[in-house]
Amino acid sequence: MKKTKETEEYFSVFIDGKPESKGKLKGLTFSFKDNICVKGIETKASSKILEGYKPLFDATAVERIRGEGGQIIGKTIQDEFGFGSFCTNTGIGIKPPKNPVDKERVTGGSSGGSAAAVKVLDNHVSIAESTGGSIANPAAFCGVIGLTPTYGLVSRHGLLDYANSLDKIGVISRNIKDAARTLSVIAGSDGKDMTCTAEKKDYEGYLGESVKGMTIGIPKEYVRGLDPEVEKGFLVTRKILEKKGVRFKDVSLRKNAEYSIPTYYVIAMCEASTNLAKYSGLRYGYTEEIENEHYDNFYSRVRGSAFGEEAKRRILLGTFARMTGYRDAYYDKALKARTILINEYKEAFKDCDAIMHPTMPILPPTFEDAKKLTPLQNYMLDLLTVGANLAGLPHISVPAKNTKLPVGVMFTADHFDEEKLIILGESLE
Amino acid sequence: MGGNKDLIRKTARLARLHLTEEEIEKYSEELVEVLEAFSKLQELGTSGVERSLHPYKISAKLREDVPGKPSGRDALKLTKHKKDGYYKSSKLQ
Repeated sequence: MKKTKETEEYFSVFIDGKPESKGKLKGLTFSFKDNICVKGIETKASSKILEGYKPLFDATAVERIRGEGGQIIGKTIQDEFGFGSFCTNTGIGIKPPKNPVDKERVTGGSSGGSAAAVKVLDNHVSIAESTGGSIANPAAFCGVIGLTPTYGLVSRHGLLDYANSLDKIGVISRNIKDAARTLSVIAGSDGKDMTCTAEKKDYEGYLGESVKGMTIGIPKEYVRGLDPEVEKGFLVTRKILEKKGVRFKDVSLRKNAEYSIPTYYVIAMCEASTNLAKYSGLRYGYTEEIENEHYDNFYSRVRGSAFGEEAKRRILLGTFARMTGYRDAYYDKALKARTILINEYKEAFKDCDAIMHPTMPILPPTFEDAKKLTPLQNYMLDLLTVGANLAGLPHISVPAKNTKLPVGVMFTADHFDEEKLIILGESLE
Repeated sequence: MGGNKDLIRKTARLARLHLTEEEIEKYSEELVEVLEAFSKLQELGTSGVERSLHPYKISAKLREDVPGKPSGRDALKLTKHKKDGYYKSSKLQ
């Protein structure tokens, strides 16, 4: 595969490589979101603070892809450490990628480079990561498939953590078959991640199964106030499934609609601020000369000059929400709210196989429009994806048919029911 | 606004994050807006509700305790701040 203008735009590192002819993943090339460690290849989560960092080991997902003949061709650009919904919060000195469908518009984020690469490269799959919707969102905006597995199904060993209780490694691909065969390779317990204990299923074995008789829940709170084009794409998708014998029913996610955004952001920022504490400029990545100074001064200076604007904002908010006097009102409260929100999903799954709504309430915005949003307005746009992520539920974004710009339809299933997402996704191809 | 700026300064100090005066000004204004929105959580009754540190109950599985090769010395390749096989930091006092 040759280096082109497009690969330069979506990749932080590009390695020339041809697909291999052996293994379960033969014939495919792979890229990895820049927060997944690939031995000897610069891995920096699109942040200046990790400039020049070349890991001494492969992440488990990388090791498993290599083991099955997957040819690795590079690292993809993302919002710095995953802090964004448009891939416009790339770190200092890193250009945000443009949406391959319309260059005036954003790719979505945070795995924007991954979704764009899959859109333009044939026989290519990107291994991405989602904390609050970072796989589904860019997949929807770029018109490709984004599969986020259950929390703990894919090992996080070798992932540069954003929020440990939320991070999930998953797959962005052009078709369901590639998503299913890639998941079959990367999923399954790993002794190097104590939260990764589940045994995988034969996901490819579900290809070709019928959706007839499945029941889909539609949360009324999640299909209000949509862009008309998004609504059109959603209704077209619903009609296709109805014709194939899927039954629909109303479910309620009222508490998630009201409280999932603050719950998610408080937990994610608290965890992020502790995870980012290790980047000090001393052991790896970006550094400066040590003057005759106290170490606090050195660390603060390096961090102040290498973290980008949104990373600093989240460090501040997360540190604040964990401070004595505020911790009970924010962090502890959010952890309890999370229990209530998970239970609401569990209740809904008593009556349906999966939940369906649009992935994003809007079409991919232009760079100009995205710039006008305040940080809070930005966070609010994640409403439809954060609930499933908080609850660690598997979800998939599938492109809707006949829309002027890409629209994603999202299906969420109960924990470890990935096969239902594969069956539903395939029925829409 | 002065109080908010002090709070940002204190938080930044705890987070070991140097900020310029312009950054302190900007973040102190935004902090109010974001925290006000997050305060919505206070409406939700949570008495007697357990905290969810993970999305579901995870029984942590530990691997076999087999000695392996430590990566410590290799890791020094990644920094220029080193001396005699150790990291060289700035002073503690």
